[in-house]
Amino acid sequence: MADIYSEADRNNEIGPDMADHTPETLDAPETDLSATAPMNMIQALNAAIDIKMVEDGNVLSFGEDTGYFGGVFRVTDKLQQKHGLTRSFDAPISECGIVAAAIGMGAYGLRPVVEIQFADYIYPAYDQIVSEAAKLRYRSGGEFTSPIVVRSPYGGGIFGGQTHSQSPESLFTHVAGLKVVIPSNPRDAKGLLISSIEDDDPVIFFEPKRLYNGPFDGWHQKPVSPWKSQAEAQVPTGKYNIPLGQAAVVREGSDVTVLCYGTMVWVSLAGAEHAGVDAEVIDLRTLVPLDIETIEASVRKTGRCVIVHEAPKTSGYGAELSALVQERCFYHLEAPILRVTGWDTPYPHAFEWEYFPGPERVAEALKSVMTGGR
Amino acid sequence: MTLSLRVPEPNGRPGDAPDFSHLKLDVAGAVDRPPVDARPVQMLDLAFRLVRVLDDEGQAVGPWNPRLEPETLKKGLRAMILTRAFDDRMHRAHRQGKTSFYMKCTGEEAIAVAQGMILSREDMGFPTYRQQGLLIARGYPLVAMMNQIYSNASDPVKGRQLPIMYSAKDYGFFTISGNLGTQVPQSVGWAMASAYKGDDKIAISWIGDGATAEGDFHNALTFAAVYRAPVILNIVNNQWAISSFQGIAGGNETTFASKAIGYGLPSLRVDGNDFLAVWAATQWAEERARTNQGATVIELFTYRGAPHSTSDDPGRYRPGDEHEKWPLGDPIERLRQHLTLIGEWDDEQHASALKAAVEEVRLAGKEAEAIGTLGQSRPSVKEMFEDVYATEDWRLTEQRREVGV
Repeated sequence: MADIYSEADRNNEIGPDMADHTPETLDAPETDLSATAPMNMIQALNAAIDIKMVEDGNVLSFGEDTGYFGGVFRVTDKLQQKHGLTRSFDAPISECGIVAAAIGMGAYGLRPVVEIQFADYIYPAYDQIVSEAAKLRYRSGGEFTSPIVVRSPYGGGIFGGQTHSQSPESLFTHVAGLKVVIPSNPRDAKGLLISSIEDDDPVIFFEPKRLYNGPFDGWHQKPVSPWKSQAEAQVPTGKYNIPLGQAAVVREGSDVTVLCYGTMVWVSLAGAEHAGVDAEVIDLRTLVPLDIETIEASVRKTGRCVIVHEAPKTSGYGAELSALVQERCFYHLEAPILRVTGWDTPYPHAFEWEYFPGPERVAEALKSVMTGGR
Repeated sequence: MTLSLRVPEPNGRPGDAPDFSHLKLDVAGAVDRPPVDARPVQMLDLAFRLVRVLDDEGQAVGPWNPRLEPETLKKGLRAMILTRAFDDRMHRAHRQGKTSFYMKCTGEEAIAVAQGMILSREDMGFPTYRQQGLLIARGYPLVAMMNQIYSNASDPVKGRQLPIMYSAKDYGFFTISGNLGTQVPQSVGWAMASAYKGDDKIAISWIGDGATAEGDFHNALTFAAVYRAPVILNIVNNQWAISSFQGIAGGNETTFASKAIGYGLPSLRVDGNDFLAVWAATQWAEERARTNQGATVIELFTYRGAPHSTSDDPGRYRPGDEHEKWPLGDPIERLRQHLTLIGEWDDEQHASALKAAVEEVRLAGKEAEAIGTLGQSRPSVKEMFEDVYATEDWRLTEQRREVGV
């Protein structure tokens, strides 16, 4: 596994000015968004947890290797040194135990933020998430709630093979009682994580690990660029919220609506450029609750829709999006809705770039819908 | 040599005479009581012995005798009687078609009643479906329990849960899950939270012998040991997991209490039909938890006298009179014998306690049935869409409107 982390590092070098940057969160006024600092996604997520830990003694963080060491991706770096051993600590290698303990803590009144080291490892906790966290409020008539955040790096593009690359989001969007959040840049990551920690319901917070250290548009042969060159890496140093359930139109366009999230936001932008199509690219940011209004308004305007995600096609979240658009915008559609997704195979190691939906596949789909689709 | 697969089988099946000759049962008073600050390694034998206080004559003997006031004992006896009366009434209600499902705790009443009396309502209990005695011992309204069982308009969990899946936060009773074992690591998390906050509350959980085979149980023990969580982790070994005898969960290979040893947790194995032994062991574990010495595992050795649920027929898999022949007797009869022996109880008092319990249940039943039994009355259909999230999202709003509520 050590190779995976170094592979990620090789692919996404952190600029020297950012590597040692410690976000100054304490002195900034709460809602002042003018003071910003460059952050990569790891630092932005770290700042979100840090701010909430300062503000609320009921917030604590734990997971495998997340304490002293600060997590294999460093998201909880220095939280233990700053806030103390009992507020950011290591957990046994037991995803079920981690989530179950968080549920018990949530029932007590805390707001635990736990890390599942890779989304591929989340399955031992699935029963606790699906049968317990998601259902406490409902089954207890509102007596018990589960205000927990389960953070987990997900997605491919890092040569992680099938156990370090999966995108299991639709296994959670299908579950009544869960919220599912996926940021695509540092600024959103911080504001969304703060909102997730403050949310009174369980939130599955998937972090696209290929974006931790820099944006990635799928042109994997090109040199990587760090976050610092991006506007989205100018992160307000103070506290701010990005509400759950609000999508972002990251590129306005008139030809076709592209629905995407996570790494695929960057791939979709590159795909639109490659195709020369005036696409309106919508970063969903939150899968549940979904910003249906923004989606509908866009599809009504463009009359076309392409959905892009890394997860396998069958029963992926794109199927839900496609059905919703069809149900609500059918008479505005000028072409079939297309999905660009991972294949219905396990995530392969040696065939990363054949599996990973890249800008060329997105461009092909965009051109296809512009000519009436298949 | 060829290999052969062994599948454990119980000592008796329907038609066989019950055989408990394999059980090694300590006599009352035989097991030492270690100091509360004993290290787990100093008390390993307690995971293989059986803590008992009441002897065959009904005397309280030995170092585990909690020396309770007669009034406490009487309160416990009345709560056990009331629990059994409640079970009988609701079992009958199921037969009469008033509800879809019920689960009795016959023979196990001492466990939840004693433990419910020792711990406070501010402590949190993470029960299975056979700890109704805890609610009853704490005076939770029987009518509310019945309303839940009938899923009627006053059901505290609003028609969303299978009968008997109570939730009573104010009584220290966590919402019951039908997924077995999940509550045990949650109880550890709750206890960790209490310790994290510098609170003085502790958690207590229960799991059956069968569900100790679930990973959740083992995850819970790891977390409890690692973080020294102030929690009491009970294993109610009632010998049967629906139709599977305890050997299918590994009970023939070692005691359930001894599972704790590998995690470095102190463990007690206790006569679960002995109100005083349950009390004493729980008090020992409670003191340990409250003084920051961490978790204790307690195996409560008992027998499931009733079917698993109203959907079960034990006559198809175990000897019919096994419960009658259970060598540790019946918890109500044993406490009654003790109270009688010490001159605090007599047959007349017992008869009037039984009568009072039946009457209390009858009155509650009347009240609950006036609201309605299953199908006659129910919460607003709107409740189907409430409490999924703190705030309803557009999908639920649309779907609710589609249903017309």
